[in-house]
Amino acid sequence: MEALIEQLKQEIIEQLNLDGLKTEDINPDTPLFGEGLGLDSIDALELIVLLDKNYGLKILNPADGKKIFQSVRSMAEFISENKK
Amino acid sequence: MVAYIKGIGIVSPQKTFNTKTFLTEIVEHTTNSLRCIEPYYPEFINPVLARRMSRTIKMGIAAAMVSLRDAKVEMPDAIITGTALGCWEDTEKFLVAMIENSEQLLTPTAFMQSTHNTVSSQIALLLKCMNYNFTYVNKGFSFESAVLDAMMMLGDSDAKNILVGAHDEMTEKYFNITKRVGFWKEEAVATSDVLRSTTNGSVSGEGAAFFVLGKEKGEDDYAQLRSLKMIFEPESEYEVEEKINELLSENGLKCADIDVVVYGKSGDVRYDKIYNHLEDALFKNSASVSFKPLCGEYQTSSSFALWEAAMMLKTQTIPTAIQVNKQPKSEIKNVLIYNHFMNTYHTAFLLSQC
Amino acid sequence: MSQKIYVTGIGIISAIGDNVEQTLDSLTRGKTGIGELELIDTIHKTRIKVGEVKHTNEELIKRVGLPADTKITRTSLLGMIAAKEAMVWAGIKDTNDFRTGIVSATSVGGMAITENNFNDYLNVEKTGDFLDYILTHDCGDSTEVMAKYLHIKDYVSTISTACSSSANSIMLGARLIKNNMVDRVVVGGSDSLSKFTINGFMTLMILDKEQCKPFDKDRKGLNLGEGAGFIVLESERAAAGKEILCELTGYGNSNDAYHQTASSPTGDGAFLAIEKALRLSGLKPKDIDYINAHGTGTEVNDLSEGTAIHRIFGDAVPMISSTKAFTGHTLGACGGIEAVLSVLAIKYNLVFPSLNFTNQMNELKFRPSTVLETEHPINHVLSNSFGFGGNSSALIFSRH
Repeated sequence: MEALIEQLKQEIIEQLNLDGLKTEDINPDTPLFGEGLGLDSIDALELIVLLDKNYGLKILNPADGKKIFQSVRSMAEFISENKK
Repeated sequence: MVAYIKGIGIVSPQKTFNTKTFLTEIVEHTTNSLRCIEPYYPEFINPVLARRMSRTIKMGIAAAMVSLRDAKVEMPDAIITGTALGCWEDTEKFLVAMIENSEQLLTPTAFMQSTHNTVSSQIALLLKCMNYNFTYVNKGFSFESAVLDAMMMLGDSDAKNILVGAHDEMTEKYFNITKRVGFWKEEAVATSDVLRSTTNGSVSGEGAAFFVLGKEKGEDDYAQLRSLKMIFEPESEYEVEEKINELLSENGLKCADIDVVVYGKSGDVRYDKIYNHLEDALFKNSASVSFKPLCGEYQTSSSFALWEAAMMLKTQTIPTAIQVNKQPKSEIKNVLIYNHFMNTYHTAFLLSQC
Repeated sequence: MSQKIYVTGIGIISAIGDNVEQTLDSLTRGKTGIGELELIDTIHKTRIKVGEVKHTNEELIKRVGLPADTKITRTSLLGMIAAKEAMVWAGIKDTNDFRTGIVSATSVGGMAITENNFNDYLNVEKTGDFLDYILTHDCGDSTEVMAKYLHIKDYVSTISTACSSSANSIMLGARLIKNNMVDRVVVGGSDSLSKFTINGFMTLMILDKEQCKPFDKDRKGLNLGEGAGFIVLESERAAAGKEILCELTGYGNSNDAYHQTASSPTGDGAFLAIEKALRLSGLKPKDIDYINAHGTGTEVNDLSEGTAIHRIFGDAVPMISSTKAFTGHTLGACGGIEAVLSVLAIKYNLVFPSLNFTNQMNELKFRPSTVLETEHPINHVLSNSFGFGGNSSALIFSRH
């Protein structure tokens, strides 16, 4: 799980072009949206593509993304539970 | 409908950004495609917000922010932009991804940022400016349409200060594509040799320039922008002459009153003839200056010319780098800009000392 | 400065008809133009419904009377057809009679062709007359083509502010007349479907797989459409002796300044735009008989727009409908197309139905009209267009 979290952090930084950030700057439990990292609805769509591209997991309704994208940890848990 | 130029911000292939100097140090390029000298963006744009932005968006925002600071205006009453190609880098990014990935696994950011009004709207978002916001996209009239709109608005509404600008960017792919239809020179040309060139094609350019145009005269204004004309597909050089004479007489001036003419000579031997014609026919006694060797040819390049004209009126100097005919002028009272893009979109601006 | 702006001509082509007559027929019979995508090859073909003009480019080229091998974009062709119809309606035979301008709008421009040729453009080994398409890509090209086709040269420009584009063209046209730049102006917009746009909207996940349901509680998104809508605006002097269809009495543009693609939940930009339009027209909210809403069928727009409408009208919301369930969301052309529909609403005292509506949104106190209304005098129509980048525009048309 920890390895997946680290990998995810790197992928998020790349996908969202968060140039100034390093993986150690992202706490796995900090909220990604709203406060915390401060991502928005377009970033959510980018993360949906990331899950599809890197993990083969499709989210068909963007509203479902809210729970999954709460934090890096919740994303990692979703991937562990659903990855084929 | 006169407007006062109160602030300017300009990103270009020369050292024009956020400086009061006026072409005192020229960067000599040898190329057929000029690229901008880009500012240090974190000073103007929050890096978290900048993460999504392509070059033209960043250049546009930086130029806009500098012009507002320069004019000491916090909230413009309108934001009006002109761009011929819009956010081309983002458009290309999404298009290439769509083709290469056969329409699979595409991401929204580049698509969203590719809409032509992205710069106008990003500026509005950053300033929380809910006022009038337009983007013009009409080839060589894009910037002029934006300026005309602003001038009309200063006359027909309560607007006091309007942010007007233009931006266009060049990418390697688009350069190669437009080279195939004869736009650009095959050979690299040195900046100081562009106007001596005898070949077809020009040197491509890019840039972002923003101006704060105000209704009321102020102490630190650069210049008075009195009028402009857009001439669509003139039938001959005589039609251009006629329209320029009209522009001057509508403003109580004659050709002899024009101290400096800024010509859009590009070094493209096919299209520069008209500039020489006007120099001889109408403006023999005016100082002639150029702008395209410094900024390159692109559809909103007249915004660079407007900066040059405003600076000449403010500083009462004509930099050596842009002088074409070395006609000395003890006082610069009136400046005319005349430019065309590919012989279809001819435009003229008239400016006077404040 | 204050002078009347008369509408003397209208022209339209969209999924519900090739001209005004066919369009009116579809609207009055409740016949939608939304269906399967046929003319574009995309992997998403079966996943979306669109409002497509069922004519190939070859057929459109023939219709405008150009040689079959003309290198011209679909956006240009649609625009030429609609703009010409508007000029004919307005009885303009000689553009030299009065200073005549054209302000068009588009978001797609020539992309439908660029996307198919892009790799060939980059491949220097490949040559051919397809290279003539290169310069048709940008937004200004279709306006240039239209200006030459219609012999207009006194003022030529193009606006691109996403979905409010052609409403803004109409606004600019009025101001050009009021500022004595032109005496009359052809204004509106044109957009064609393209793979680029289809894919772009797919990534935003705001497309409905089925026919859209504007203002419905269970709405799932929009249907893309294509087409062109133009109207002719004239000064009092230029319009003398002509049939006046109606007047453009109000307009307003604002920016939401909330987010690049989503409108604010409180509908700030929309509210300000409508307020400006009302102020200019001198009308009160209660004077508006019909609102032709932007009503795309997306979760965000319909809530934002509905909220703004309540902020202006309180609970006394006039008859309202979205015609996008007929035409699809024609992007840069929708302001122009819906202006034509607003003019028809006044001319024939009609309110067009909002198709596919069943359940009222919890957040709103109004329901759109679901049947064709023919018994009410329609003297003032408000037409809304809200675009990406927070660009919000409102137009008011009034009976002459």
